[in-house]
Amino acid sequence: MNRVWSWLALGVGLLYFFLPLLGTLEFSLRKRKGEYSLDAYTAVFADPAFRATLGYSVGMALLTIVFGVLLVVPTAYWVRLKLPRLRPWVEFITLLPLVIPAIVIVFGYIRLYNTSSFLPLTGSASGTNLLLMFGYATLALPYMYRAVDTGLRTIDIGTLTEAAQSLGAGWVTILGRIILPNVLVAVLSGAFLTFAIVIGEFTLAALLNRPAFGPYMQLLGANKAYEPAALAVIAFAITWACMGLIQLVTRFSNHTRVNA
Amino acid sequence: MTFLSISHLEKSFGANRVVKDFNLPIEKGEFVSLLGPSGCGKTTVLRIVAGFESPSSGSVTIDGQDVTGLRPNDRNIGMVFQAYALFPNLTVAQNVAFGLKVKGVAKAEAEARVAEMLRLIGLPDLGGRYPYQLSGGQQQRVALARALAVRPRVLLLDEPLSALDAKIRVSLRSEIREIQRELGITTVFVTHDQEEALSMSDRVVVMNGGIAEQVGTPFEVYNRPTTRFVATFVGTLNLFEAEADGQGLRIAGVPVRLPEAVEAARGGRLSVALRPESLHLGGGEVTLPATVEAVEFLGSILRLRLRVAGVLVALDTFNRADAPPPALGRAVEVGFSARDLVVLNG
Amino acid sequence: MQPTKAPRRPAHLWNWLGVVPFFLFAALFLILPTMQIVLGAFRSPDGGLTLANLRGLFTPNIMASYMISIKISLASAIMGCVIGFCIAAAVTLGGLPRWIRGPLLTFSGVASNFAGVPLAFAFLATLGRLGLVTIVLRDWFGVNLYATGFNILSFWGLTLVYLFFQIPLMILIITPALDGLKREWKEAALILGATGPQYWRMIALPILFPALLGTFALLFANAFGAVATAIALTGSSLSIVPILLFAQIRGDVLGDPGLGYALAFGMIVVTGVANAVYVWLRARSERWMK
Ligand SMILES: Nc1ncnc2c1ncn2[C@@H]1O[C@H](COP(=O)(O)OP(=O)(O)OP(=O)(O)O)[C@@H](O)[C@H]1O
Ligand SMILES: [Mg+2]
Repeated sequence: MNRVWSWLALGVGLLYFFLPLLGTLEFSLRKRKGEYSLDAYTAVFADPAFRATLGYSVGMALLTIVFGVLLVVPTAYWVRLKLPRLRPWVEFITLLPLVIPAIVIVFGYIRLYNTSSFLPLTGSASGTNLLLMFGYATLALPYMYRAVDTGLRTIDIGTLTEAAQSLGAGWVTILGRIILPNVLVAVLSGAFLTFAIVIGEFTLAALLNRPAFGPYMQLLGANKAYEPAALAVIAFAITWACMGLIQLVTRFSNHTRVNA
Repeated sequence: MTFLSISHLEKSFGANRVVKDFNLPIEKGEFVSLLGPSGCGKTTVLRIVAGFESPSSGSVTIDGQDVTGLRPNDRNIGMVFQAYALFPNLTVAQNVAFGLKVKGVAKAEAEARVAEMLRLIGLPDLGGRYPYQLSGGQQQRVALARALAVRPRVLLLDEPLSALDAKIRVSLRSEIREIQRELGITTVFVTHDQEEALSMSDRVVVMNGGIAEQVGTPFEVYNRPTTRFVATFVGTLNLFEAEADGQGLRIAGVPVRLPEAVEAARGGRLSVALRPESLHLGGGEVTLPATVEAVEFLGSILRLRLRVAGVLVALDTFNRADAPPPALGRAVEVGFSARDLVVLNG
Repeated sequence: MQPTKAPRRPAHLWNWLGVVPFFLFAALFLILPTMQIVLGAFRSPDGGLTLANLRGLFTPNIMASYMISIKISLASAIMGCVIGFCIAAAVTLGGLPRWIRGPLLTFSGVASNFAGVPLAFAFLATLGRLGLVTIVLRDWFGVNLYATGFNILSFWGLTLVYLFFQIPLMILIITPALDGLKREWKEAALILGATGPQYWRMIALPILFPALLGTFALLFANAFGAVATAIALTGSSLSIVPILLFAQIRGDVLGDPGLGYALAFGMIVVTGVANAVYVWLRARSERWMK
């Protein structure tokens, strides 16, 4: 009886989740009248704006990851090592982006960093890019911090640090050579998640007027019929790849840890 | 008069036969331990009695009622788990009252029963605490009170002491036994600790590979083990190879005349066993030459490691200040009485 | 939770230097922008203190927007919690084969991040007027979905779409919590005479309550702040608050610049209140925890 209900719950769930994916896939193949074809995909890939915006977003994602790692790893490490009493506060701050809507934050950016402000970031394209990257880092902060902090919990950073110091290592060496490799799996998980978030992000890019993939998709959706479905399939594939990579690095690390 | 009867119990998980033709009649008020190595099926037997697993075949009867098909919540059985089974969101008093509450016992009566139970386990003032505020030993006592509050017909305990410190473990043993005697409740206690089983029980069931190898009082099981497994699993044992020649045995060439109480050997090679305390230094009814290899000082007891007829054996003597142990490497004689020999079948 | 407790040394001033970059970042790109909104909501164009901006919110249109936003967020959070809980419970406790868990959790990770514009496309392609499900229902079952009053650009339509990331998020968070329910608790309850439902009501749900509550608050905020899905799905035909604010920022709706601040401030208040309720309830329900 119990098991019947369980299968039912799972079955209904599967139906709900796979129908849209199936529907999208089917729709994306309908561009040519009367038969299934890859025309929608060909059209999307041939669009220079597709390549330009996707390239821009990939670049932003990579920059965000680098900045996020540089910001989060030393902070999480330092807080655990030297300022454990500060941890609840840091954790609280890292969770704020889950509570404050992104649209509110970016609205604040626009008003705070306009051309007449103390830090006129929106005054130039590169400044706005930088602001967008900081915004993405803010959105990814909860995930990145959690991943890294969980990773740090599993290693004894106090002992590792003292051992490295007794061998004469400086802070940069300790962080880069000792701590980072030990939490690499966590950092990579956070990185792939960041990538998945940034690549299709719409609100920040649209309101800061940057030529990113998210606004491009939205624009295409307003003007074309079958290409958006193809884009959705592509975006889903990218998300799936990111999650798959997280699984892969996690499993790989468990594997090596068992062997070690 | 049998109160709890387990008959012809069989349980398989897939192709794995975990319990094999297990039979155990238990008297009312009796304290019976299931003793055996890890994975021998003790917990499985207990869970079948509780109703969490259904047997492949066989039956469980309580007070004349066949409960084999009954759900756990209809059996009126008390159970104490290994650890951490208190409800973390309820206070001690609420934990103890839980069974009364779901049975619809009136509030005033339930409160009185809870107070009585907390007194019984010696924690009358801790009713308002949450489980995380208790030590492991206190938690297990509360678990016992919770199981007993509903006045169950049978009490089942699955290694209730194994997660505790050695000291509390020993003191809780006698406490549990005292409460059990006071209430006169029929109890099945699962453990892999032979000291626990021997010291607490009216009867001990030694299990191995899903089979009850021997059922008897602690005295019987320890002194007269019927199988090689029981002999080696319960207590320390010295094993000798012997040859039987129809009238008696030869151990390392020395003839031994068996008393009638010990089953006469049928001939050929066989194993005999002796407890360390059955051996003594100096000659005896049977005397064998030995060399001293090691001396362990255990306080009131000295354990000598001797080589006798090529095998290393243990010999226990009481420590006496005026008799220092023999030097290492010395040749000595050990003696024993043929009555103490245990001839092992199989 | 912490196997190694970091050594407690006196926090010298120098130690604080290590966290300066983080706090600087948080101040510049999280705290100050939010403060800017809050202050802006109370400031008149000439810089004085005013309540006029907030008063601007109390028009029937804007109030209706807040209402529908809150309703969609509540509906999708409640349904996400309930459905996600059922699926997670089915997989962890319902006797389903163990191999289902891994793929389910991976898929949940994917689906919970598959939000925004492409999600809207996926549902348009499936449930739109020419979508697969619409056509299959029409041609095979003779059901005209749109004749029944269904519209993907509606309250229920948007809720249905939001569930696509809400349910997986619930599954991801609640599965570990369900794993934390000890088998002994259920068995102890049963042998004491409780029925299955009694066990759930008196033991399991109270233990899970903080986790459920936290997830609910998260799902609520998640739906309340979602912009991209709604815009890509409905253009601006459904006037929920984030879309209104988006238009206001874009400058599509000119008029009162203070209104943008007030709208954004209102969003902060709603999610803030939701989280305050969460923190309060959680504190009440966690007395039995360390
Ligand atoms: N639900 C189950 N499914 C499959 N096999 C099981 C199950 N429960 C127990 N077993 C197997 O049955 C055998 C006996 O298990 P049981 O728990 O009864 O042993 P035990 O004597 O209590 O051991 P321990 O001292 O370690 O608790 C073991 O080999 C175990 O692997
Ligand atoms: Mg066991």
